[in-house]
Amino acid sequence: MSLVQESSYKVDSLIAQDIDAYLLKHQHKSLLRFITCGSVDDGKSTLIGRLLYDSKMIFEDQLAALEADSKKVGTQGQNIDFALLVDGLAAEREQGITIDVAYRFFATEKRKFIVADTPGHEQYTRNMVTGASTADLAVILIDARKGVLTQTRRHSYLAHLIGIRHIVLAVNKMDLIGYDQGKYDAIVAEYQQFATSVGIEHFTPMPISGYVGDNITASSDNTPWYTGAPLVEFLENVELDVTANQAKPLRLPVQWVNRPNLDFRGFSGQIASGVVRPGDVVRVLPSGKTSTVSRIVTFDGDLQQAVAGQSVTLCFTDEIDCSRGDIITQADAPVQVADQFEATIVWMADDAMTPGRSYWIKLGTRTVSASIQAPKYQINVNTLEHAAAKTLELNAIGVANITTDRPIAFEPYEENHTLGGFIVIDKMTNATVAAGMLHFSLRRSQNVHWQALDVSREVHANLKNQKPAVLWFTGLSGAGKSTIANLVEKKLVRMNRHTFLLDGDNVRHGLNKDLGFTEADRIENIRRVGEVAKLMTDAGLIVITAFISPFRSEREMVRKMMAPGEFFEIFIDTALEEAERRDVKGLYKKARTGELKNFTGIDSPYEPPNDAEIHIDTAKLTPEQAADLIVERLIP
Amino acid sequence: MQASDVTANLTHLQRLEAESIQIMREVVAETEKPVMLYSVGKDSAVMLHLARKAFYPAPPPFPLLHVDTTWKFKAMYELRDRMAKESGMELLVYQNPEAREKNINPFDHGPLHTDMWKTEGLKQALDKYGFDAAFGGARRDEEKSRAKERIFSFRSANHRWDPKSQRPELWSLYNARKNKSESIRVFPISNWTELDIWQYIHLENIPIVPLYFAAVRPVVERDGLLIMVDDERFRFNPGEVPVQRSVRFRTLGCYPLSGAVESNAHSITEVIQETLLTTTSERQGRVIDKDAGGASMEKKKQEGYF
Repeated sequence: MSLVQESSYKVDSLIAQDIDAYLLKHQHKSLLRFITCGSVDDGKSTLIGRLLYDSKMIFEDQLAALEADSKKVGTQGQNIDFALLVDGLAAEREQGITIDVAYRFFATEKRKFIVADTPGHEQYTRNMVTGASTADLAVILIDARKGVLTQTRRHSYLAHLIGIRHIVLAVNKMDLIGYDQGKYDAIVAEYQQFATSVGIEHFTPMPISGYVGDNITASSDNTPWYTGAPLVEFLENVELDVTANQAKPLRLPVQWVNRPNLDFRGFSGQIASGVVRPGDVVRVLPSGKTSTVSRIVTFDGDLQQAVAGQSVTLCFTDEIDCSRGDIITQADAPVQVADQFEATIVWMADDAMTPGRSYWIKLGTRTVSASIQAPKYQINVNTLEHAAAKTLELNAIGVANITTDRPIAFEPYEENHTLGGFIVIDKMTNATVAAGMLHFSLRRSQNVHWQALDVSREVHANLKNQKPAVLWFTGLSGAGKSTIANLVEKKLVRMNRHTFLLDGDNVRHGLNKDLGFTEADRIENIRRVGEVAKLMTDAGLIVITAFISPFRSEREMVRKMMAPGEFFEIFIDTALEEAERRDVKGLYKKARTGELKNFTGIDSPYEPPNDAEIHIDTAKLTPEQAADLIVERLIP
Repeated sequence: MQASDVTANLTHLQRLEAESIQIMREVVAETEKPVMLYSVGKDSAVMLHLARKAFYPAPPPFPLLHVDTTWKFKAMYELRDRMAKESGMELLVYQNPEAREKNINPFDHGPLHTDMWKTEGLKQALDKYGFDAAFGGARRDEEKSRAKERIFSFRSANHRWDPKSQRPELWSLYNARKNKSESIRVFPISNWTELDIWQYIHLENIPIVPLYFAAVRPVVERDGLLIMVDDERFRFNPGEVPVQRSVRFRTLGCYPLSGAVESNAHSITEVIQETLLTTTSERQGRVIDKDAGGASMEKKKQEGYF
């Protein structure tokens, strides 16, 4: 039997008879985005292929190519293999798998649809979360012969996690179980039990066959006992999230400040929730300043009202500070501001999360530096059990606390996806390594406020007659950091400068004696030293530090803590062979015999600086010459 | 959209428009030197229109770049110059000097023509001006590998696309961070379909190249495609004579590589009507997609083609 048959949608007779009337109708269609979830053999591609085919989104030339491909590489014998239509990349077709999220489009009389199609194999979590993040609805496919499987639970959990409110349970391949109502009811009952256990309040089950076309566009005669709507009719009529968003208070993350000339200053962005009208009193966060909306400016003329989902430009009656990353809110219903949060994190990179490391976090239109603590627990997506975890690996989901380097305006993800959803970006590779959803701010960030100090850092520095600085020495063990740092300090003291030397070994005897040498502990070691150095610069001191500090991102983290121009990264560049030859403390020998683990240069990497302020090549300079050079750079 | 169109329920076109504008503003806010690739086709026309909306009352804060092959239709060059003037944007035209010197053309060089003028030309132009972000008017419904490309599509220092290591793209959060010499291609109308484009052109009265409308034009039939004889450089095969037919184009590129369809659609609404009733996809008229079997576009994209 061939699947290529007459399209079951009626081609609107208006198209041929009265195109203007048809266009008017089409113009007012709404948009529904949904995701289809299913395992490899659940018939997902066949269902999507059918939706596209039935809505005339597959043209003759594509169909001809599809028929040829089906015979060549298809898995459906002589029949059309709809999977080939949706598996786009050459790499996938060769391997017979789908490696990424693809987006498909079709339209019916009432709505336009965008379908996120995600593959059903190992990388599933990452891809499904990506596809689900923009979806209003999820179609969870079940093979009627197999019933509720582990994958079904996983898909449902992920859809629920990402906040999809509408779930369709499509029990597929009903033709292969003889349209047996008893079996169908049993599957729905089993799913109901599971759904309740994870907090899915409502779902819509339906018996379908993507292959035969049962209950897709029309109610099927094969299932007279099913009284619900067929799939397409249901998709056409389900309520949209966009509409619900309009009922909430105004939130508009500022994307861009529009200043074409001195007379115009507008704030551009897409409204995340609520409605705005000229005359509305608004509050800008995190600053908390208020103003009144004077105009809603668009290319097509000023608007009297703009609603959630629209991209607009607002003008205010007063000249208040407002820039990219700020959030414009309804004045009497502002959002919270905090710098510590609990969040669910979905890890999406091959390199596991490093607790304590500094990452970029992008939330709304704001990008800030942030660190993620070790997870409180990881969630097993198959069993939904919570398990202890030290980190999160690719496709792992966990709950952890996050600290940002400055307070940001936000809302819990549950209330507002735009102001509660974020991505995590690796500072070195710039890759998007995770996605997250904020739950709430931690109480301590709400209650710990900065104490305004009367004696400022300037007063401290002026009293000492110097400009505070951090001389951050980095390099391999045995490179000569401590030797040169000591010489530098002596020279500075001779010049009546107030200094303090923080030495790696010494700090580990006291402040950091609870830390070991794992990657996470090394990061925490550096973070604490950075914070101490920062306090000392506030006190007006010139701080000299001598730590291996092997990772670029941690040195970058410390650099960001300091006032601009006060941080000097000094790379003591000694070849590994030379440092190992010297082996002043006998550590290389121990590392080589395996007695010492995680030793930089041996079994733990050293990342040399790319743009150090001062680069000392110890093969060319004596320690004395090096120290002179450094002092000269600091005090010309 | 007109102010009066704003109702509580946004239409699909209003949502698409808002999304495209949001994308363009993100690029301008997060990259150093963006540019808009302008091919003069209907998708480019919509993209340019959206850019004017996104930054109004300011003009779009980036130039237009036309990577020219010297083989476009005459009517395209005319509209290009007119639209640049109307939008108040700077127009940069780049022609690969090597292709020009070697007289690379669609008649003698087949796929090399596209490779040298378009793929290489584009890379050279981006390098020459140091653009770190380039808007392109590609849509996901056009072609299979496009359906899997991100809206912010990351390119290595030598402009390669690696489909297996694309950045996950969630919600409307785009990661525009990159290292020096790396760049991104941005596709703000990814989620528009061909019908959406037409409907929007209709609603917004966006100027497009007249070749999209049917007119009697001189064509020859080759390999099942109707090729228009647009200038004296056209090379006839032995025995070939141009015939006058009422045709229009569904996509526009280099004129010897663009297949026309027979049509009597003289207005936008008639074009839409024909599009809705037609049974072949729009890329069917493109010679370039068929060069290397099913994966042709994917291969071209990996090499740096848009």
